[in-house]
Amino acid sequence: MENIKLHYDVDNSDFSCAGEASGKIKKTLKDLGFDSALIRNVAIAVYEGEINMVIHAEGGTIDAEISPEKVTVVLADRGPGIPDIEMAMQEGFSTAPENVRALGFGAGMGLPNIKKYSDTMDIKTEIGVGTTITLTFNFN
Amino acid sequence: MKIKELVSILEGEVVFGEEFVENEVFAACGSDMMSDVLAFVKEQAVMLTGLVNPQVVRTAEMMDMKCIVFVRGKRPDKSMIDLAEERDIVLVCTKLEMFSSCGKLYEKGLRGASGK
Repeated sequence: MENIKLHYDVDNSDFSCAGEASGKIKKTLKDLGFDSALIRNVAIAVYEGEINMVIHAEGGTIDAEISPEKVTVVLADRGPGIPDIEMAMQEGFSTAPENVRALGFGAGMGLPNIKKYSDTMDIKTEIGVGTTITLTFNFN
Repeated sequence: MKIKELVSILEGEVVFGEEFVENEVFAACGSDMMSDVLAFVKEQAVMLTGLVNPQVVRTAEMMDMKCIVFVRGKRPDKSMIDLAEERDIVLVCTKLEMFSSCGKLYEKGLRGASGK
């Protein structure tokens, strides 16, 4: 089977559209017949990442590759970068503005949830440039 | 617990999804913080919330939740109903507050993520 590749652009101008990419990835995995628990893990992790892109960064891209062994997702945003990754990974720590908290986000669980639901998580960030998060989800 | 039973317990109104009220929910989650809901792992749970914005429906979609209850008299707008319709998620409204709603469902046997 040839690997399946999916690409989505995430626009940060409309918060109500955040989640479109993760919803489409979820549907693709469902149509391919993958295990429901794996699908949910991928969907939740990518959704949290997509929301972060809209809330904190200036949008970006999400690329997913489905191989016989695993799903790999690369979330690359356009800035501003994460000053302290260790602090950002702490549950409860959030830099979300007040208007975002009023919408139910900014609990400081985004990055911890992404780590929880993925098998591996790699974060590369550069201030003023952006952040790239690479996730893998293995098939058991 | 079937969704139609939950609606009755909460003196609720089905805003969308009347055709799905025979579906079952096996757990419940009451929260206004979506990341807390995303950390919740049960399948086919019902979400109780006072938040009204499209991300509530998207969060439910990611969690495979089949029903959302809006408490405190809150009502979903058209954009949320459209999203729910595309995803077959039942939307229910109740005038009861979060605490009372959760209590009534707990009393009738519905439990949270940890089974408690």
